[in-house]
Amino acid sequence: MSTQVPEQVEDESSAESVSPGKQKRDAKKRERAERLQEQREAEAAEKARTADDTYHLKVFRYDPEVEGKQEPRFDDFYVPYKQGMTVLDALMWARDHYDSSLTFRHSCRQAICGSDALFVNGSQRLGCKTQLSDLSEPVRVEPLPHADVVKDLVVDMEHFYDQMEAVEPYFQTNSLPAEDEEQRQTRENREKVKMSTRCIWCSACMSSCNIAAGDNEYLGPAAINKAYRFAMDEREGEDMKQRRLEILEQEHGVWRCQTQFSCTEVCPKDIPLTEHIQELKREAIKNNLKFW
Amino acid sequence: MSQSYNRGLIEDFGRWREFSAGMWAWIFHKFTGWVLVGYLFTHIAVLSTALSGAAPYTNTIQALESLLVVRILEVGLLAVAVFHILNGLRLLFVDLGVGLEAQDKSFYASLILTGVIVVASVPTFLAGVSI
Ligand code: HEM
Ligand code: SF4
Ligand code: FES
Repeated sequence: MSTQVPEQVEDESSAESVSPGKQKRDAKKRERAERLQEQREAEAAEKARTADDTYHLKVFRYDPEVEGKQEPRFDDFYVPYKQGMTVLDALMWARDHYDSSLTFRHSCRQAICGSDALFVNGSQRLGCKTQLSDLSEPVRVEPLPHADVVKDLVVDMEHFYDQMEAVEPYFQTNSLPAEDEEQRQTRENREKVKMSTRCIWCSACMSSCNIAAGDNEYLGPAAINKAYRFAMDEREGEDMKQRRLEILEQEHGVWRCQTQFSCTEVCPKDIPLTEHIQELKREAIKNNLKFW
Repeated sequence: MSQSYNRGLIEDFGRWREFSAGMWAWIFHKFTGWVLVGYLFTHIAVLSTALSGAAPYTNTIQALESLLVVRILEVGLLAVAVFHILNGLRLLFVDLGVGLEAQDKSFYASLILTGVIVVASVPTFLAGVSI
């Protein structure tokens, strides 16, 4: 589905027209064409509303800068269904055909950029990875819960990014290989961190977490998973692992997790988040109980 | 950014219909845990009557057991305790990282098993025990 709506009425003669009479005629023609276009759109909207092959979307609207939108409300959109249509496709159609001010983030449309996590029919999902056909109508589309709404479906992601940064989400090591050697990882070790590397920073997990909602300082599932990705990477070495565990063991680290499994349920990349958090809890305990 | 709209607490427990298995398990576990703490106090209070001899204790127990409400509450207590224990075992497995992919099924299993045990206990509790 294209972002651009194709121009439906093309005025081919306008480029070479010169005489005032023709200009007037052209202006009239354009006006008529525009009216016709409007009429056609209204008809299409009416038809869409009543047809069976349309999807009914209820979309959260809010804009502090527009007078009529300061009180949040839900707008109804009736979008003609095409096979394979996702929630994101439907939103784009609604924006392009009904209301160009409808605001939401998206980029890759293939579940890799992580910019369109939304609250769809009561759970956190990527708009581009959610088929309309899997949802019951009306499809309720809201911005991610437990985040401040900036406008319509756009939430403030700053806090989430801060938590991600807090765990130092990059490879660090004190044991560098020799000059002409590569930093090799064993196959087993790669397999161990494989799932944890798949995070796309969409914040769906953070938004679903009841604990993160109540404790703003809690690192949250995504950040802990990020830390897992490096703490479990053997190439970082022992002292670096120690440093990572110290970050994770803090009051607002792994121990806040109450194993509600909400994050694991919603993660669009199927990362076993709870499993990773639990494993880090055990690592933290082993690290502090030195019987051996 | 000028302003932002915070939707408040409605989005937490106002959304209970949308909670998944793990979330329900957590809520029930908290709830049953605190009910058990509450029961502990009444339990100690009743047991304490034995401090003033065997007769007051027997009288208290008999008086309580003669009330239908008490016997119904006991069924409730059993339900709460059984669920807390079964789900507590589930949580121990979760802590050990065992069977995490089946955590929802083990929650449903705890619920069903609790139900079965509680239903099976109803005749005994409601008939009352003759002391
Ligand atoms: C065999 C019996 C029991 C088992 C296996 C058990 C297991 C557990 C487990 C594993 C937790 C931790 C939940 C978590 O990870 O968040 C827990 C929490 C709790 N238990 Fe039990 N428990 C038992 C009996 C009791 C009794 C008798 C009481 C009351 C006197 C009780 C009161 C609580 C409370 C209040 C909590 C919640 C603590 C919190 O706020 O996190 N439990 N139980
Ligand atoms: S862990 Fe999953 S849900 Fe959380 S930010 Fe990463 S991809 Fe999104
Ligand atoms: S648009 Fe990139 S993840 Fe959905």
